[in-house]
Amino acid sequence: MTRIKDIATAYLPAEGLQALIDTLRQHHDRVLGPRVREQAIRYETISSVADLPRGVKDEHEGGRYRLHQGEEATFFGFVVGPDSLKSIVYPPRLTLWSMKRSGHEGTIEDQDEPVGSTAILGVRPCELAALAVQDKVFLGHGFEDPHYRQRRERLFLVAVECLQPGAHCFCDSMGTGPGVNGGASWDLALTELVGDGRHGFLVRAGSDAGREMMAKLPLEQAGDGLEKARETALAAAAKSMGRTLDTDGLKKTLYDHVDHPHWEKVADRCLACANCTMVCPTCFCSNTMEETALDGSSAARTRVWDSCFNLDFTYIHGGHVRRSVKSRYRQWMTHKLASWQDQFGVIGCVGCGRCITWCPVGIDITREAAVLQGKPTKTSGRTTS
Amino acid sequence: MAAKRTRKPKLAVWKFASCDGCQLSLLDCEDELLAVTGQVDIAYFPEASREYIRGPYDLSLVEGSITTPHDAERIHKIRRQSKVLVTIGACATAGGIQALRNFGDVKEFTRLVYPSPQFIETLKKSTAIADHVFVDFELRGCPISKEQLVEVINAYLHGRKPAVPTHSVCVECKRRGTACVMVASGIPCMGPVTQAGCGALCPAYNRGCYGCFGPMETPNTPAASGAFSRLGMNEDGIIRTYRSFNAYAEAFRRESERHEPTNH
Repeated sequence: MTRIKDIATAYLPAEGLQALIDTLRQHHDRVLGPRVREQAIRYETISSVADLPRGVKDEHEGGRYRLHQGEEATFFGFVVGPDSLKSIVYPPRLTLWSMKRSGHEGTIEDQDEPVGSTAILGVRPCELAALAVQDKVFLGHGFEDPHYRQRRERLFLVAVECLQPGAHCFCDSMGTGPGVNGGASWDLALTELVGDGRHGFLVRAGSDAGREMMAKLPLEQAGDGLEKARETALAAAAKSMGRTLDTDGLKKTLYDHVDHPHWEKVADRCLACANCTMVCPTCFCSNTMEETALDGSSAARTRVWDSCFNLDFTYIHGGHVRRSVKSRYRQWMTHKLASWQDQFGVIGCVGCGRCITWCPVGIDITREAAVLQGKPTKTSGRTTS
Repeated sequence: MAAKRTRKPKLAVWKFASCDGCQLSLLDCEDELLAVTGQVDIAYFPEASREYIRGPYDLSLVEGSITTPHDAERIHKIRRQSKVLVTIGACATAGGIQALRNFGDVKEFTRLVYPSPQFIETLKKSTAIADHVFVDFELRGCPISKEQLVEVINAYLHGRKPAVPTHSVCVECKRRGTACVMVASGIPCMGPVTQAGCGALCPAYNRGCYGCFGPMETPNTPAASGAFSRLGMNEDGIIRTYRSFNAYAEAFRRESERHEPTNH
């Protein structure tokens, strides 16, 4: 996957979106895209534009998420749901290998099945940023996770820029959105533009594979007007972020406030349920478990998502390291925003806001950071209590 | 690797105040049941077999709660005959649904229910087995999960720790890809304060968790109740939410009592 400079820009009228899906389906084993399931927008298999949540609007607040069918004709008038690319490149449960015993000998078999190629339509800029973070975690440091790599290499990413950020979004603060800007390499980027009696997408290619794909689409020439419209829309989106996080000196602030009384206040509200870490697109912690056959003839090792909010996560000889919920929340937030930088050279948060929306009690990382930074905090009903 | 055994371990299944549903989970194991019987001798299991082999027993599974003076004696005898004692189900680990009596006056109940209450010999409270004897491992659930039961037997056979997590149900919801019913649908859900084990069954069908597996490792019940009340649940509803199969589990009991009108 070589990153190349944007080489082509063109216009895909909305009617051409089906052609894009069809082309993706022709070239990939599965095509995923946004689809409503269980009252939320998820990454699901799609085969037609009819599968897309057209006109659906998402409402986000701390601990609250609702979908509404709106009047707009837009295909991507919402932001991220609870799913992220994490579950695609790093499955929640994966049997890594198994072992068979015969006498005193054992034979090991790799259990991770080869995966097919996956095209994903509607990947948001914060998702690309999260993927770039995950690449550092799973492929950097000289220790490669082969399970991650084989999934990661078979992705074809069709990004969609965010023109209508949610109340929980703060990608502008993190420099990861709302436009496609850095992050992991992508293949195609779409910007959905409605106006002047036209509805369609500004399409750019970010890779050779993307350029090849563009050649197969019913594209039109993109005039300067469209590029300008995109810039205007992105600038407006950057200004309408529901939340902000000041990253200036953030690492030092967290390191300096290990004993801040605010941690206790957060712990009073925190359920230690681990939802924030599960929905976080960069949280990568896992547990490995051995399963044995009752007669001891075979065993298998399975990897499952784990969380620093789970007590057993820090169980070592002598007991649990982080017994209090306060210490667990502090660990999570300090790692995400501060020590992640020392460990991986990037901040662990991409500003997607999932941890705010999907926290059942609406604990808000931007607000908790602002308290530690000594900033006045916006109070907005649910997020404070 | 398991040490070479000269004989198969003897398994006994005991019943106290309960509905038998957890014992049935063992019979419900079907395919695994044959594998289990291949590794252990089922020495005492009246629900399944008339065969009865005298103790002592290597592994005792105890279902049900202690509700009568007779049972309070009997459990000690069982403990004395058992090398390893594992309690199974909400009754055995928390007193069960019948522990709702603990919040009322059992004498009054017997007067109302039975024509001749003088013949009823019962304790004031329904309590967990661990309140009476030392328990080696508690397997939660109403009913227990058969997979977890097999895992406990399996771990026992191989001398390892059972992989029975004590974290929240939320982790199971997210691993299976179920969207949070509390956040996406505004349904009060006990998942954040309940121990995993069921595989997040109810949220997968767009229902809130009922708390069948009892309190998770560090349950912040006041925070959960706060969220329930913001979703429109009244105090009475909150009390009822905590008072089900695990009503007398410490964390749930304390939280329901905190919402009683006299404690405001």
